[in-house]
Amino acid sequence: MDAIFLQILNGLDKGSAYALIALGLTLIFGTLGVVNFAHGALFMIGAFCAVTVQRILNLSYVTVDETQKDFLGNPLKVKSPYVESWFGPETGAAIIDWSVPLAILFAIPVMLAVGFIMERGLIKHFYKRPHADQILVTFGLAIVLQEVVKYFYGANPIQTGAPDVFKGSFDFGVLLGFDPNVIIYPYWRLVYFVFSTVIIGGVFAFLQFTTFGMVVRAGMADRETVGLLGINIDKRFTIMFGIAAAVAGLAGVMYAPINSPNYHMGMDFLVLSFVVVVVGGMGSLPGAVLAGFLLGILESFASMNEVKSLLPGIDQIIIYLVAIIILLTRPRGLMGRKGVMEE
Amino acid sequence: MFGLNKRDFTLLIIVTLLALLAPFILNPFPSDSAMAQFNAGYPDLMQRFMIFGIFAIGYNILFGLTGYLSFGHAAFLGVGSYSAVWMFKLLSMNVIPAVLLSVVVAGLFALLIGFISLRRSGIYFSILTLAFAQMSFNLAYSVLTPITNGETGLQLTLNDPRILGVSKTEGGAIPSSNLLPDSIIPGFEMRDTFTLDMGPWAFQFNTGYYLSAICLILAFYLSIRIFRSPFGLMLKAVKSNQQRMNYTGLNTRPYTLAAFVISGMYAGLAGGLLASIDPLAGAERMQWTASGEVVLMTILGGTGTLIGPVLGAGFIKYFENIFSKINDTVLHSWFNFMPDGLEDFMVFIVHPFIGKGWHLTLGILFMLVVIFLPGGLVEGGQRIAKLLRRKSSKSDGSGDADHHPKSAPHVAE
Repeated sequence: MDAIFLQILNGLDKGSAYALIALGLTLIFGTLGVVNFAHGALFMIGAFCAVTVQRILNLSYVTVDETQKDFLGNPLKVKSPYVESWFGPETGAAIIDWSVPLAILFAIPVMLAVGFIMERGLIKHFYKRPHADQILVTFGLAIVLQEVVKYFYGANPIQTGAPDVFKGSFDFGVLLGFDPNVIIYPYWRLVYFVFSTVIIGGVFAFLQFTTFGMVVRAGMADRETVGLLGINIDKRFTIMFGIAAAVAGLAGVMYAPINSPNYHMGMDFLVLSFVVVVVGGMGSLPGAVLAGFLLGILESFASMNEVKSLLPGIDQIIIYLVAIIILLTRPRGLMGRKGVMEE
Repeated sequence: MFGLNKRDFTLLIIVTLLALLAPFILNPFPSDSAMAQFNAGYPDLMQRFMIFGIFAIGYNILFGLTGYLSFGHAAFLGVGSYSAVWMFKLLSMNVIPAVLLSVVVAGLFALLIGFISLRRSGIYFSILTLAFAQMSFNLAYSVLTPITNGETGLQLTLNDPRILGVSKTEGGAIPSSNLLPDSIIPGFEMRDTFTLDMGPWAFQFNTGYYLSAICLILAFYLSIRIFRSPFGLMLKAVKSNQQRMNYTGLNTRPYTLAAFVISGMYAGLAGGLLASIDPLAGAERMQWTASGEVVLMTILGGTGTLIGPVLGAGFIKYFENIFSKINDTVLHSWFNFMPDGLEDFMVFIVHPFIGKGWHLTLGILFMLVVIFLPGGLVEGGQRIAKLLRRKSSKSDGSGDADHHPKSAPHVAE
């Protein structure tokens, strides 16, 4: 029983990342009808936003402290970050400590801008081209973005720490009446889960309760009619592309402490999130979220030792296996609408 | 001749000559000159041209003719490599049974995957093939370690039970793969290289290369025949309108499945050759980036054209090799003629695109091709040819080109 709880919890954080990326992918597909293979790269850029902010905050000047000596007897060189000298040592240290949450503020405009540029500069020209062309050009773009990041940040993963408050683990077992130390869960993963639910809720609320969202939904249902009503639907779809990019970016920013960002993390997630989108049903937002969490949890169940001893290797292939079964038995996915990408 | 029309026959002859004379053609610069680093005429690289050419030709039979975008073809290449190495371990070091087995095994594997994946089309087909390939890759790393030897990769060892051969040579080394053992006729081991010195040039003729070249020529001939056959026509019809085919009461799946299996066998042949030249097989050959690479080659060269995939494979492998060899010192020597400041600046600009940054160049190039030249290098060549023709007709003074009837685009080149 406790093991099951533990696995559900373990699946949640990966599931949240899948759900966020798949949500963005589905938004783009549902609005613009474009299959975006560069979406994983957007996730990766988000994670590197966190790295960048951390580096900026850690920019330091060097002073020579005559009172201290290093082991050679020379005066010790002390690095002190600019932030600390501007805001005072305590506030400064706190700002540096909280660099990942602060990176959210930095990532939102950056990701929106990246999204706009991508849509206006490249993807706009591919609406009328076949899906294969869209896949190929965004695949090329993903390679380019990945290599650019690799050039500036190197090929090694870069450790990006969560704030000290969230280090350590939370003992869930005590809360549910199990023995202590049976179900423990890192605080930051809990934060990630809550954060992603907030984002997902935000996107749904935005689409459901604002006029803008209403127009976008109408455009998803029937683009031509909305256009005939004199509404500039293209502009709204571009904004939605920016939002989808921002969602992927934020997922990346907050994921940085869980998994040190490296340049190919986007590609690693992309394949899986495409599977998630297809399982959820192309074009269905709730389907993408549901499938994201479902596959995340399924994946962590498959990595239990009991399951692995029964079916060796199942943890490696479970997601693909589920995807194949769903595609063959229910080509629309779990919650796909009728008539979307059905051949 | 050989059941080809004149034009296709010319194409076949050109490819044959290029493949057989590659050690000369790819070695135009004397080995002591500064340009020698652009030479591609060494066995290792030439073998890769041929092998990936075969891989891309096969992929083109599926993608170019039927339009089914498979993202899992590397799995067949990997399976081919594994079966070839097992053949070396168990039977003998002769490459012919090894390559035959890898073609057969890859074909069976493709039959299985194709039978399931081809139930869906479009992006669903891509995802299905991707899922199968990733599954094979992950399994090769984990559960199938007894067969694949996991991360280390499958290698020959000194105590392989080689039924028709020896476990180790008299010198205590692992025997090398061959067409005929050296003890019968020397010169037919895969790694045997004959070097011809002509002044400052050194041309290298390698047995492994010629084996792959002959395979490429045969593979190319077969692909021309497929393109020109009623079967090929059927596949083209599937690409242009599958629904209509279904409405006329025709079941297209056997045709697409046959194309899938054929391209899988091509991939298996490529994998088997890779393993014959270097008896080693690793799971990373099956990763989806490897599948992406063959897609890049086919698109870059020209999808659905005969010669395109070969060009694309050669182009990518050549520049991969050359670009990654260029370093800052070479750049400095290139921009030497400029003033110092400008020289440093140029090196700074070019630096991200060379050496380890080769993938960046490849990505940009690939995007440009998809955006501006959907027909790949072949279409680029045709456009240039057209432009030249128009210019020459203008200089003839025969009036402006717009009033001339446009020449029909070449159908399958």
